[in-house]
Amino acid sequence: MSAAVDCCDPSPPTLPAPGARPQITLAGNPNVGKTTLFNALTGSTAKVSNYPGITVERRAGALALPTGPADLHDLPGMYSLNARSAEEQIALDALVGLGGHTPPDAVIVCLDATQLARSAYLLLQCREHGVRCVAALTMVDEAGAAAPDPRALAELLGCEVVAVTARTGRGLPELRAAVDRALRAERRPAWVWTPSPALRGQLDAIAAALPARWRSEARYRQALPAADDALALWALACIETGGDDADELTGVPDELRQAIARRSRERAHDDEPVLARWAWLDRELARLAHKPADRSRTERIDRVLLHRALGFAVFLGVMAVMFMSLFWWAQPLIDAVDHLLKAGGGALRDLLGDGIFTDFLVDGVIAGVGAVLAFLPQILLLFLMLGFLEDCGYLARVAYLMDRIMKSMNLHGRAFVPMLFGFACAVPAITATRTMERRRDRILTMMVVPLMTCSARLPVYTLVIAAMIPASHVTQGLLMVGMYAFSVGTSLCAAWVMSKTVKPLKAKRLPFLIELPPYRFPRVPDVLRMMWSKSSMFLREAGTVILACSIALWALLYFPRELPASSPDYAALIERAPSDDARATIAAQAQAAHLEHSWGGQLGHALEPAIKPLGFDWKIGVGLVGAFAAREVFVSTLGEVYAIGSDADAQSRPLRNALHSARRSDGSRAYTPLVGLSLMIFFALAMQCMSTLAVVRRESGGLRWPIFLFCYMTVLAWTVSFLVYQGGRLLGFS
Amino acid sequence: MAITLAEIPLGRAARVVGVDGPRAFRRRLLEMGLVPGAEIRVVTIAPLGDPLRIEVRGGQWSIRRSEAAQIAVAL
Repeated sequence: MSAAVDCCDPSPPTLPAPGARPQITLAGNPNVGKTTLFNALTGSTAKVSNYPGITVERRAGALALPTGPADLHDLPGMYSLNARSAEEQIALDALVGLGGHTPPDAVIVCLDATQLARSAYLLLQCREHGVRCVAALTMVDEAGAAAPDPRALAELLGCEVVAVTARTGRGLPELRAAVDRALRAERRPAWVWTPSPALRGQLDAIAAALPARWRSEARYRQALPAADDALALWALACIETGGDDADELTGVPDELRQAIARRSRERAHDDEPVLARWAWLDRELARLAHKPADRSRTERIDRVLLHRALGFAVFLGVMAVMFMSLFWWAQPLIDAVDHLLKAGGGALRDLLGDGIFTDFLVDGVIAGVGAVLAFLPQILLLFLMLGFLEDCGYLARVAYLMDRIMKSMNLHGRAFVPMLFGFACAVPAITATRTMERRRDRILTMMVVPLMTCSARLPVYTLVIAAMIPASHVTQGLLMVGMYAFSVGTSLCAAWVMSKTVKPLKAKRLPFLIELPPYRFPRVPDVLRMMWSKSSMFLREAGTVILACSIALWALLYFPRELPASSPDYAALIERAPSDDARATIAAQAQAAHLEHSWGGQLGHALEPAIKPLGFDWKIGVGLVGAFAAREVFVSTLGEVYAIGSDADAQSRPLRNALHSARRSDGSRAYTPLVGLSLMIFFALAMQCMSTLAVVRRESGGLRWPIFLFCYMTVLAWTVSFLVYQGGRLLGFS
Repeated sequence: MAITLAEIPLGRAARVVGVDGPRAFRRRLLEMGLVPGAEIRVVTIAPLGDPLRIEVRGGQWSIRRSEAAQIAVAL
């Protein structure tokens, strides 16, 4: 693919081409202040996007160096370069120039002064690959007297070390200057350990099997045998040749896999590099007389927050505040947006007059924008709270406290927060799955969150219970509580079943290690910046799909406009109506007739054979089509079908009466309590929300998982409703 | 005598002897610094009995009991 330089020609170190901006990458362990450093170095120039296909955030911004501008790319936090999953592979690819990435001209590696050995481990790996490194020593204030001397450290590690305090800007000019010098340094892989003869033999064999585009000649434009060895070492350790441990790496050539498979029996040397690096770190860092940092403040806080009783009380309080604030603070904003758009739509209608174009603008476009904006306050609030809790270190503690419960369903401890938010709305809840690092954990959580009783199901339950299930208020209330319990039960069961049956969701035998970082005060600008970048990405990527689907759904329920010749001339009837009330009644009837003959209405009729075994007629079918915009739209669509008008809500007495008195062709009641129960169960289980599907598509990076989600929930809903309705009839209920 | 991290008394300092389990699992723990000879202790147990909060090399981690049982230690 790329023109490899002749390997015998010792080409000079690669300087960035004249005019091209140097590409700098920022790497480091999680919780070392990397994001703060990134923000301090790039200021307001940062842009956030996703790596294609997977949800690993890609942050990039401009970095001013003494000799000119450069680009700085932020990598996800990592402990090691030994990538096994697609997510971890991004970091390796970006650092050494695999998978279509150009190798960075220099890399800033964050060294945590309070966790020196562990963060230096990553630096050693980078140096083995021939990455030009500059170390930024962070958390110096926190380490206090335990902080190592940067000069001694630089001598030891073989690269420049600059102590920085991103908050005050201390050390940033020195860091920029050091990066500038690194750009001009020769690219020289450095190993602090020597492979044993047995490992040496394996490395030679595998390095020879590396594809041409992976060789240092192609990546760095100069032959660096040690860099090829480093890649061979990674391949030997991480490429799995089958069985339950199969890796999730992409783009590994078959020849290389076969070369590794031939050696799979002799891989006893697996631990050698890891042990050798640690032995070096333990020996050399001890000479710097580096002591572990003081953790007593964190320990005192943990004594309360992780306490058997007190810890749970605080935890419940924090979760309750977060959850309720989605209602308290987001709901007024959502209502305000709704009012504003309604008023705007009304004004536009007055201005343009009635017509298809006006209907398109008001009921299609503006309503669609409203559907997107309705999520924005919740998403902003959620990311604000999550960012705050994550940065101060509490989110890791939530996972620690709840892991026992989540583990029994094969879920990650961090899945608790998204599941809780599922009670408010699945869309923000699914975006909250990003706090989990493993794709398998994220996808499994996304697959079960939509089963939780979201707030959009409430109006449907309220209407169905009031109109179809004659019972005392107490029984009706208990039924509502029952629906909540049912949703928790089904989502936990679904997680368990899927983790046992769906191959990509099966639990992998990787350690469930969560770092419990020291408590730190979050930096408000960092939290706000993160909140804004994540929310605007939601608007861009999920919002556009939601808007397009809203407009398509409007068209489905609006066109065609022609009524059959047999229907009355509603326009003329309205003309002749004796009173305003009569006019409104006839207009509603006209609307109902249009809806019945729209494509959506025809779809409702077409669905009838499929939903009849569940006890539903075509009118409910149309309601189900409308509910795809958002579940609560079921109520207003049903209002239109029954010619009550689209303003009907769950409290609407006319709609309740209409449902109550609806009759089948044989004169029996159309909506018996059994139908009501079947309908509620269908709503509890069915995937009827295009916004959820749009956000799952965005978060899972493709159509595969939203399609799976739609199929499994629909089949589940149909089956359970069928069993309830038919079973109830067998037992003598009607 | 072989004893695992899941069995040692709370707060008692121990040394890692070795890590067992599938390759990827073992390597991940080794790379975190749980190499033979490293000092390790269980700080607390989560209120519901699992996971454990462990301290190694000045950092703290949450680790499931079943995984701690793969780590051989010596008191």
